[in-house]
Amino acid sequence: MFAGASAAILVTMALALFRAIRGPTIYDRILAVNAFGTLTVVLIAVHGFLAGRPEFLDIALVYALINFIATIAVTKYVKFSHLGHPSGEDERGDV
Amino acid sequence: MLQALSLGAVLYGLWLLLSGHFEPLLLGLGLASTIVVVLIARRMDLIDREGHPIHLSWRFLLYIPWLLWEIVKANIDIARVIVRPRMAIDPSVLRLKGTQKSELGHVIYANSITLTPGTVTIGLEEGVLSVHALTREAAEGLIRGDMDRRVTAVEGAADGRGEHGA
Amino acid sequence: MALLADIASWACLIAGSLFALIGAVGIVRLPDVFARMHGAGIVDTLGMGLILAGLMIHEGFTMVTVKLVLIVVFIFFASPTTTHALARAALNGGLKPLVDGKNAPSAEPGERTGGPSKT
Repeated sequence: MFAGASAAILVTMALALFRAIRGPTIYDRILAVNAFGTLTVVLIAVHGFLAGRPEFLDIALVYALINFIATIAVTKYVKFSHLGHPSGEDERGDV
Repeated sequence: MLQALSLGAVLYGLWLLLSGHFEPLLLGLGLASTIVVVLIARRMDLIDREGHPIHLSWRFLLYIPWLLWEIVKANIDIARVIVRPRMAIDPSVLRLKGTQKSELGHVIYANSITLTPGTVTIGLEEGVLSVHALTREAAEGLIRGDMDRRVTAVEGAADGRGEHGA
Repeated sequence: MALLADIASWACLIAGSLFALIGAVGIVRLPDVFARMHGAGIVDTLGMGLILAGLMIHEGFTMVTVKLVLIVVFIFFASPTTTHALARAALNGGLKPLVDGKNAPSAEPGERTGGPSKT
C-alpha cells in the first residue's frame, strides 16, 4: 500500500516538475518547485513507513521547514533582486 | 509576560516531543535552550499579542474543524472542475471588505481564504482583500460572507482592544 | 478493529494520492499562475493532509503520530503564506490575473454585495 502511495506521489512530482521546466514565467516555476517540495516531504514520510523506520519523519519535518524558508527566500529574491531590505523607498513589507 | 511564558511552554513541549528522552541532563539542556530562545525573542521584540495570540485560543479551536470541513468541500469542488476534459473555470478577481477589527483578524481571514482551494488572497491592504476566485461558485460562496462572520466571531469576543494590543 | 483501522488508513492513502494527482494535473493544465495556485492548494491541503492522516491511522497513537501532526500543522500554516508571497511577487512583477481569457486589471473596490465583480 505504501508502495502504491509512493508511486502516486512520484507521478505527481513528475507532473510538478514538468510545470517547473515548462515555465513560462518564473512564478510558475517557483509555484511548481514549492509543490514539489511539499510532495518530497510526504514522500519522505511515506518512505519512512515503507522502510519501517519512522525516524525518517524528523527528516521530513526539517525538509518542510527548509522548503518554506527556501521558497520565501527565492520569492523575495525575485521580487526585490535582493535578500536584504527593499531597495525602493515606496516598497513596504519584507515579502 | 504571559506571552513569554506561553512561548516558553510551547517551546519546551516541542523539545520534549522531538527528543523523546527524559533523562535529567536532556531535560535540563532543553530548559536552558528554551530560556535562551525566549530571552532572545524578548530582546528582538518578537513577543506581542499579534505574534502569540493566546487571547483567542478556545474560540480558534472551535473554528478549526469548521475550516477543515470547508477545505474538504472546496477541494472536492475544485478537483471536479480540474478533471473535466473541458475545464469550466471562470476566474475573477473580487474585492472584499473584512469586518474584523484587528490586523490579526484580517490575517486569519486572508489565510483561511487562501487555504480553501478555489480562492486565493492576492492582496490585503487596510482590511480590503483582493481575492482571485477560480470558479463562480467559489466566488459566490465567499461573497455570502460565512467565513468572514466566523472569523470576526473568533477574534471579536476576546479582542475588543485597539489595533495591535499591548 | 485492526482491520477497520487498516481499511480507513488505506482509504485515506488512496484518496490523498488521488487528490495530489488531481492537484498536479491542475498545476499542469490551468491557464495562468494565479489559477495554478488553486491546483497547488489542493496538493498542499487535502493531498498532503490525507496521505499523512492515513499514516497516522496506520501508526495509532504514538510519538510518530505527534510528529506527523506537527508536519501537517506546519504545512497548513506555511502553505497560505507561501502562496500569498508568491501572488504578491507576481503582481509586483507585472503579471495580471487572466479573467475571461484576457488580462484584466483588478476590479474597482466595491463592497461584497456587488457580486463577483468582473471587468
